Amino acid sequence: MSSSTSSLEERHRQLGLTDFEYSRILERLGRAPNDVELAMLSLMWSEHCGYKHSRRLLRRLPKEGRHVLMGPGENAGAVDVGGGLAVAFKVESHNHPSAVEPFQGAATGVGGILRDVFAVGARPIAVLDSLRFGEPGSSERSRYLLDRAVAGIGHYGNSIGVPTVGGEIYFEGSYEQNCLVNAMCLGLAPHDRLIRSAAAGPGNVVVLLGALTGRDGIGGASVLASAELGEGDEAKRPSVQIGDPFTEKKLLECCLELLDRELLVSLQDLGAAGLTSAASEMASKGGVGLTLDLCQIPLREPGMEPFEIMVSESQERMLCVAAPDRVGEVLGVCERWELPATTIGFVTEGDSFQVLHHGVVVADLPVSVLVDDCPLYDLEPSPPVAGLYAGSDAVLSGSESPTETLLALLRSPNIASRRAVFEQYDPIVQSRTVRRPDEADAAVLVLPDGSAIAVAIDGNGRRVACDPRRGAAEAVYECAANLACVGAEPLGLTNCLNFGNPEKPHVAWQLVEAVEGLSEACEALGVPVVGGNVSLYNEAPTGPIFPTPVVGMVGKLPHARRPGRLGFARDGDAIALLGPFEPSSVGSELSKLQGCAPEGELPAADAGRIRVLHEGVRARVRSGAFHSAHDIAEGGVAIALAECCIAGVLGASVRLPRGLDPFGEAPGRGFIVSGPAEALAGFVVIGSVGGERLIIDGLLDVAVSDLHEAREGGLSEWV
Amino acid sequence: MKFGVVRFPGSCDDIDGLQAAARVADAVLLWHADYDLHGVDAVIVPGGFSYGDYLRAGAIARFAPVMAEVEEFAHEGGLVLGICNGFQVLCEAGLLPGALLPNVSLRFIFRQVDVEVVHSEGPFTGSCDVGEHLSIPVKHTTGRYYAPEEQLDRLEAAGQVLLRYAPGHNPNGSLRDIAGVCNERGNVFGLMPHPEHAVDPLIGSTDGLRIFESMRAHVEQHVLA
Amino acid sequence: MRARVLVRPKAGILDPQGQAVERALPALGFEGVRNVHVGRLIELDVDDPDQIPEMCERLLTNPLIEDWEIEEAGVEEPSR
Repeated sequence: MSSSTSSLEERHRQLGLTDFEYSRILERLGRAPNDVELAMLSLMWSEHCGYKHSRRLLRRLPKEGRHVLMGPGENAGAVDVGGGLAVAFKVESHNHPSAVEPFQGAATGVGGILRDVFAVGARPIAVLDSLRFGEPGSSERSRYLLDRAVAGIGHYGNSIGVPTVGGEIYFEGSYEQNCLVNAMCLGLAPHDRLIRSAAAGPGNVVVLLGALTGRDGIGGASVLASAELGEGDEAKRPSVQIGDPFTEKKLLECCLELLDRELLVSLQDLGAAGLTSAASEMASKGGVGLTLDLCQIPLREPGMEPFEIMVSESQERMLCVAAPDRVGEVLGVCERWELPATTIGFVTEGDSFQVLHHGVVVADLPVSVLVDDCPLYDLEPSPPVAGLYAGSDAVLSGSESPTETLLALLRSPNIASRRAVFEQYDPIVQSRTVRRPDEADAAVLVLPDGSAIAVAIDGNGRRVACDPRRGAAEAVYECAANLACVGAEPLGLTNCLNFGNPEKPHVAWQLVEAVEGLSEACEALGVPVVGGNVSLYNEAPTGPIFPTPVVGMVGKLPHARRPGRLGFARDGDAIALLGPFEPSSVGSELSKLQGCAPEGELPAADAGRIRVLHEGVRARVRSGAFHSAHDIAEGGVAIALAECCIAGVLGASVRLPRGLDPFGEAPGRGFIVSGPAEALAGFVVIGSVGGERLIIDGLLDVAVSDLHEAREGGLSEWV
Repeated sequence: MKFGVVRFPGSCDDIDGLQAAARVADAVLLWHADYDLHGVDAVIVPGGFSYGDYLRAGAIARFAPVMAEVEEFAHEGGLVLGICNGFQVLCEAGLLPGALLPNVSLRFIFRQVDVEVVHSEGPFTGSCDVGEHLSIPVKHTTGRYYAPEEQLDRLEAAGQVLLRYAPGHNPNGSLRDIAGVCNERGNVFGLMPHPEHAVDPLIGSTDGLRIFESMRAHVEQHVLA
Repeated sequence: MRARVLVRPKAGILDPQGQAVERALPALGFEGVRNVHVGRLIELDVDDPDQIPEMCERLLTNPLIEDWEIEEAGVEEPSR
């Protein structure tokens, strides 16, 4: 194969660079890049690494807050939780790999987010997952993806000893070709162990630790393979990354020990684009250069080419920088943990990222070209002229009785019990979990000083499809409502934006509107965004996925003694409906079952009143005035009541306010709470706890055991 | 009294075991690569995925240097408690009869289960009553207890089955609902449920504490007295 | 010498993996499949193949629950 100028130009296109981008490279370098450099640039300038279409937009998100210790831009964000401790957290997507190989895609998604958290010096203490697939009833492929993704998450999280404490799963036809796997991790660290990734100190040594480097994830860059490898060698270029939680466990303990001993200048995990992105970002943040020698890197496969080594996405690897007189100790700690560790280069003055192979310079690029010169594109948003999404197949006609409707909703895949999924996860390892997945609306973890943190993850693509601005704001309100139900005050937020092709004006519009909605809600509640992730181009020939911002929120409780529960607790307790709760059927689960497309205007949210509402719920859960608290989400009040009965194994007898739609929704704006009558005086009391049936006056009268059976049955066929 | 909790590469519930034991006595970690039990009075081999469960769960961990010490300690009558992966390690090491096979469901299962105390004269269930139910969580993929039929008959006759899953609570297909067995001498005990995760009222049941308390009582009466 | 050790669950022990595979095959259109068992393959280059039985007894298998048999491939293959 010749390396004439014309084939090099074709190569840039094959690697995903546009002609405009390639000409910018020529202009910035003052010459053509060689193969290795082209591979590195094609990855650093990809959407995934470069955030070309989203970086300008993300500047809108509010990042300031009095608890913020690390904002966006580091491996994970971090907030102060008191007692000298920080919680670092982030959510990230692994959508495309999971569609290819769901077990390993989901597993390595968990592995990657764990590494981001311990890369800042925090011990991972919890994982949550937000998953979206096509309809399980009609799609064998979606059932397969669900089954394998759950198994992969369990495999990785359980093996490494980090509890999976919460999550959400949604099924919509729009995710059929593009499943979503978003993984969130929280970690705990004393303030003085938090570390940044900026490399520093010319002369300092760069050390690679962890697994051997193989050909994982090389995928698209394989067009650069040298001519000797022919057709039959596809097998030698796996695109699927394989995770090894055992190695990651050792890596985690090793890194935390290195940090406890103050042996490191900086630490960075290797994720997308492997060594290229980890090393160049460390250099860029530190305003320094780097020289790497590829011959030092321990390889899993013989004969790997330089470009392969630079872009390999082999898992369970970290990069660190240490002073020359500490490197011996660093290698000693790694040896004790039975982890390969090698010095592979050093920090230099200036801006040069230089890569050597057998003594020859195989790449020499300015760090700024790799990291900063990637073009940023403005979005050209324009609202869609017609409905983008079809309705699902109708399961209900609208003529069903309220009881039939309630049972159909309980049975529906988006509401049914997820017990068969949660039982595949270990929620209690590390002995911090005070509230398990089905006990409350948020997970609660106790801290060493007896205080606690709470965490929840939420999103609703259907409602964002109706109205991206209001729908995205609702994700924030709902997440905050989940925290209020356990008595937690929000400290910070992370988000993953899962959208279609941003070059299409209607998707760009969805993105701009959603970011605006997220920002408004965060500002209104005073919750800063400390980090996040963007996954674009989630599209099939039939169109984009529902615009799906996923929000993860962390909050604080003063003590772990009495975090809220969602189930009714005591016979005779009064039940109140807290609001102002003004539901509508637009974008609701019922509208989906009735075959409606996601269209229509969502109800406006009064952010000020929402904030007051959440504060009120939080205070009364903390004081014990409320024995149970559950926010009203999918399926509306009727489903919320049913869930409280099922969880508490107690019936209820209520009468809803006149004209209130029992199945209408307004996420984050309504709660069902129970407690002693005197504690609920002053609220809209709608009934009381007792008996073995859920009775909604004038509407339905169903045995709690029947509610339980309908809900249990929903997913169990498929998981 | 001092407990020692073994730590292998890949142990997950070692710290949980340490914290649980520390509620009733002193407790220290025992590093897998050391031939040293540091004078502990009882050894806990904890849960987790030692060596990634490679080859078979517990198959590699049983050859760790510390396990040579643990085997000698057991032969001399010292108390050894194996929890989940620890139970697997002790079976592989031949310190306990039988073996653990993949769950019938072929999946990892986490569940709070009831186990029934079958015998309560020994060092591990001494502070329990026969027939008492303890609520303790299980979390494992490879917890189905197996031994050939004649061996199971002998174990039951000899009073070596200490814990059984209560009716309807067997999560993994263990033969005869066996949740935990001890050796002939009664000083080595393995169980799949995790008593170290049932010691804190904030988090759940405290029934698991009874096993650690039984061990302390035994050591105080028979060893330290 | 390149050797292969095939490890399989002992006859008579419940093999849910084998059963799961046996159930899945007809669903894909494969009929007439019975008696499926799922085991493990261990491949190794050894200087002294007479040591393999002891390796099996002591580490590679659990004789209580597994049966094993040795295949010798004969020629040492290049490691991959």
